[in-house]
Amino acid sequence: MTIALKEIGPRSRAVAAVRRINVAVVVFLAFYLAIGLLQPAYLEPAGVMNFLRRAAPLAILASGQLFVLVSGGFDLSVGSLVTLTVIGGSMLTANDPSKTWWAIGALYGIGLVVGLINGAVVAYLRTPSIIATLGTLLSVNGAAMMWSGGSPRGYLPDNFRMFGRFVFHDVPVIKIFPVAIVVLAAVAGLAWWGLHATVFGRRVFAVGDNARAAQLAGVRVEFVRLCVFAISALSAVTAGVMLGGFGGVSVDVGRGLELQAIAACVVGGVQLMGGRGALVGAVAGALTLTALFTLLTLLGWPQPLKETAQGLILIAAVAFGAWRRRRGG
Amino acid sequence: MKIIAPLVMSAAMAGLAGGALAQSFDDPKEFQAAKDLLAMTPQGPADKPWLQHLDGKEVDTSQYKKPGPYRICFSNAGVDNPWRVVGWTTMQAQVDVLKSDIQSFTVADAQGKDDKQISDINAFVSSGNCDALIVSPNTTAALTPAVEAACKRLPVVVFDRGVLTQCPVTFINPVGGYGWGIQTANFIVSKLPKGGKVLALRILPGVDVLETRWSAANRIFKENGVNVVGAEFTNGDNAKTKAIVDDYINRFGNIDAVWMDAGATAVAALEAFEDAGKPYPIITGEDQEDFLKKWKEKGLTAMAPTYPTYQWRTPVIAAVEILKGEPVIGPAWKLPQPVIMQTDLDKYVDNSMPPLHYAMCGCKDLPGYPQRWGGK
Repeated sequence: MTIALKEIGPRSRAVAAVRRINVAVVVFLAFYLAIGLLQPAYLEPAGVMNFLRRAAPLAILASGQLFVLVSGGFDLSVGSLVTLTVIGGSMLTANDPSKTWWAIGALYGIGLVVGLINGAVVAYLRTPSIIATLGTLLSVNGAAMMWSGGSPRGYLPDNFRMFGRFVFHDVPVIKIFPVAIVVLAAVAGLAWWGLHATVFGRRVFAVGDNARAAQLAGVRVEFVRLCVFAISALSAVTAGVMLGGFGGVSVDVGRGLELQAIAACVVGGVQLMGGRGALVGAVAGALTLTALFTLLTLLGWPQPLKETAQGLILIAAVAFGAWRRRRGG
Repeated sequence: MKIIAPLVMSAAMAGLAGGALAQSFDDPKEFQAAKDLLAMTPQGPADKPWLQHLDGKEVDTSQYKKPGPYRICFSNAGVDNPWRVVGWTTMQAQVDVLKSDIQSFTVADAQGKDDKQISDINAFVSSGNCDALIVSPNTTAALTPAVEAACKRLPVVVFDRGVLTQCPVTFINPVGGYGWGIQTANFIVSKLPKGGKVLALRILPGVDVLETRWSAANRIFKENGVNVVGAEFTNGDNAKTKAIVDDYINRFGNIDAVWMDAGATAVAALEAFEDAGKPYPIITGEDQEDFLKKWKEKGLTAMAPTYPTYQWRTPVIAAVEILKGEPVIGPAWKLPQPVIMQTDLDKYVDNSMPPLHYAMCGCKDLPGYPQRWGGK
């Protein structure tokens, strides 16, 4: 008897540990292995670093989106805010490196205002967030187009582009080290701390789980909503600075990113109705999506087929996650 | 970047207009004609290419002669991209040079809209305040009737994109898209190592001027058995260009040459090679300063074809000559279409000019250079 008990103990603990591993992590590793089989350069340290750099903006967006999703909302305005950041960056700096820092400050200011407007409309005007932020998406995109006159103009100075583009060369072991990974680590660390290690984070979960109950328990629901949209908007500005840095000025850099960020979270096991989600999931989800895009590109499939495959694989990943959660209880 | 979405409609409309007007983007006759033009030695002053012509005939303009100074009107398709901005600036400076002959230069900006340009032209014609009309058509087929109506009342000069009528006194443009394709593809063929991989980057499909650039280049690539691993559309977007090139580098290990149908995103394409730690490819860009600077700085194997912005000077000069009754080249005035090669790169690189300035502007002798063009 005692022997049998001893055997069951560790095994069930192992099973529980496996269950705790985010499904997105597993899917990501599988995709990445497939990428490595097609193009072994991705398995070298430099390949991994380059991949992470490419995934960083989406992971940062997903980290911000996570707060809104956990609180039970959606933020559809982040993609257009990314576009506004890139275009605004080129207009504000006017190719003058000495203006970079105040321009970045001003862009965060704009982002904060947009986030607070989103939050205020949702919290105080009681508008469903999907509608409120859809409105913001359109207005912010329109503002970006008006600002630029509709066609990309000007350039971003190199010190502005550093965050998305600069790479340290000749680093021991990993060979190259992109600055983008530092930004990603800092943002993800901050988001983890904010969501999983503070009272505020617990309140975000409470609001998403049951807003009424949270309010009765003394949580200022409106304030929490205001904050999560502000956090999401700030993450969008950060992603915008990174994407502008990576690719330069572009008028449709942010198009569709809001849905990719939400999809990344969903793949990472975040519940769309709120109350459930983890930062590890959001980041792993973003890595999974980036790996999927890379994989389909490496296969050289035509665009329509790529999009179809993307959709099907996403649905499968999410369905698998939900099934696993039901079984896991 | 000089041709944007509205032109897609022009192609579609030309198609709808019937068999006689249907455009083929891969016409062997046009290809051969462009090849012949490129082989010609331009006639006219060598230091003033905007006054040169390729095998042009003079037309008599004595019927338009009248005492000056003249009132010239200009219907512009738009100034919605850097190429047109540089061209328009150059044109205004040319007007200043001819101040003694030009009493007024009135412009209407159609902002890329056919209907606005049609009413602009009608308004100019009926106003009676124009001695001559210059038109830079937004699209070819849609503007033809308006230009035909204007021809009946006053001398008309058309430049850049054409119209489907012979009525203007002269139509000024460079060799064109087929010429661009021939010049660039021949360069790549001459430099490419055996079996080298070529990536073609295009802005968008369906635009006549861009389609002909590609069809001519692709014809030469095929004739020479060049391995074109992909032809992708970038929408003229830096970020998209960089991502596409990055994908191709990853997929094929390396790319030996990049062919472009317009140079606005050439620097973004090169950045993808830098960031991937790969050697620079053989590349054909355009005469934008940012590309020329990069080329010089990194010692690239490159060439810059041009769709010269100096063509904006010619119509102003022609309009004044017509009103003076002096003969001009017509009804077709083909301007030379020079390319920038390694040997004359230094002549065109100018660090004081803005990144999207077009070096082949022929504007250095014009009043206000370089500040007027955004230079320091």
